[in-house]
Amino acid sequence: MNATPTDVQAEHLLRELAPQVLGAVVRRFRDFSAAEDAVQEALIAAATEWPYQGTPEHPRAWLIQVASRRMIDHVRRETARRNREAESMPAELVAPTAGIETEQDDTLILFFMCCHEALTSSSAIALTLRAVGGLTTGEIARAFLVPEATMAQRISRAKQSIKASGVPFGMPCGTERTQRLRSVLHVLYLIFNEGYTTSVGPQLQRLELSQEAIRLTREVHRLAPDDCEAAGLLALMLLTDARRVARTGPNGELIPLAEQDRSLWDQQQISEGVAILSATLPKGSVGPYQLQAAIAAVHDESPRAEETDWPQILALYDLLQRMADNPMVMLNRAIAVAMVRGPRAGLELLQALDRDGRLKDHHRLDAVRAHLLELAGEKEQAIRRYQAAAGLTASLPERNYLLTQAARLRESTSG
Amino acid sequence: MKYILMMNCPRNAYETFGSMSKSDIQAHLHFMMNLNRSLKESGELVSAEGLADPRQALVVRAGKDGTPVTDGVFPEAKEFLAGYWFVDVESPERAYQIAARASAAPGPGGSPMNMPIEVRQVMSGPPQDLL
Repeated sequence: MNATPTDVQAEHLLRELAPQVLGAVVRRFRDFSAAEDAVQEALIAAATEWPYQGTPEHPRAWLIQVASRRMIDHVRRETARRNREAESMPAELVAPTAGIETEQDDTLILFFMCCHEALTSSSAIALTLRAVGGLTTGEIARAFLVPEATMAQRISRAKQSIKASGVPFGMPCGTERTQRLRSVLHVLYLIFNEGYTTSVGPQLQRLELSQEAIRLTREVHRLAPDDCEAAGLLALMLLTDARRVARTGPNGELIPLAEQDRSLWDQQQISEGVAILSATLPKGSVGPYQLQAAIAAVHDESPRAEETDWPQILALYDLLQRMADNPMVMLNRAIAVAMVRGPRAGLELLQALDRDGRLKDHHRLDAVRAHLLELAGEKEQAIRRYQAAAGLTASLPERNYLLTQAARLRESTSG
Repeated sequence: MKYILMMNCPRNAYETFGSMSKSDIQAHLHFMMNLNRSLKESGELVSAEGLADPRQALVVRAGKDGTPVTDGVFPEAKEFLAGYWFVDVESPERAYQIAARASAAPGPGGSPMNMPIEVRQVMSGPPQDLL
């Protein structure tokens, strides 16, 4: 069955309302775990009923009412179980509590809860997509290619961890707020990255995780407009995702940046990313996401690969490296160095990474070395490194790309 | 990250297993059921299957016109795949931990069988942006 425009609109509306409804229900009943289940049931009820009965005039109120009814049933059951004398429900459980926080804060608090550092990253990802993203367990399970029952368990365990951590449903302040926001951004970054696997598996059934990550990051940016890194991450996602179509060939094969058809890049998305970044950088609170976005912007704004402003990219990597001791940054910086000062200079930096040891057995180190060796004219060594990298990667399209590179070089040597 | 944990057994293992005492067989099955249940509850299980007796197995190759040509299993093969777990875990260490637990499944007299479990990563990772 094809989705009609109205179905799509209804789905968008539901997913937009999901965190607002959950925030309201948690505020009223306090029990995050049960409220989350109740809202999920309300969303499913809406998805089945609205297409036939029409969207209610006040969809948000409708959802809150249905979810609240489920919650009252839940509380009654719990009370009956705990207290066989069937005493009436405590009034405080049904009376809405007047909070100082606004609805917007509620959504942000939900983000904070779902991305709490007590959770493993896979649990945080799943819970965020369900509680804030408004996706069903089945949709999330399909996106990650695991059975629905397994995903349901992951979500339920995540909620148990939140309960056990005793974190209250409230807005953290000061440095803790910034710290918790960092965890949220990291989880959204992971969801975005996971979206790249869409070339694997039946695409039509798979949710566009990158799109969902962008939607949720947009939401965080709206709720925390003063946080420069939230803006930076949104810009980074837009500027990276702008190349999506050009990034893979007709058979799902990877196409490296230098060989992509740049006319396929999404100019509207690039403009939006650049605009966000330009509005953010002057605020002076520069962080790693903003710098990575700035690097992506330099690539995106270059009409041809040969015209890439590598000195500027190198300057940005210098800043990034000073900010965080990250071997991946060192590796990417080595590429920029090679493009500015020649492949030998880049290869020298890789020796420092060999000694560093953190990227030992990481395919990216071999892949970059292969590329720089090729640029330096060391074909035999480059072939060996491409092959070594192919043996280490866990991505099928990437392995195929690396093996093809090795084969191409072999043929050019013998021919 | 996804891993497949492959439990290999010697070719006579199915016979050995069948000749264990009733309580030993039950203890073994109980152990495996518990393992699978706990992997499901931890949200890590993708799938798990046990394979039928290798004596029923056939080796198939494409014939001249693509039709299947069957043969008995390799008589020289010492080990067979007895079953596998397909898990989605946070780290390779976690996959090794699950494999070690499976390897310790009880055999005759309830002592751990220490079966070799081959742990292989499934190629499901996201590709990174290439040069």
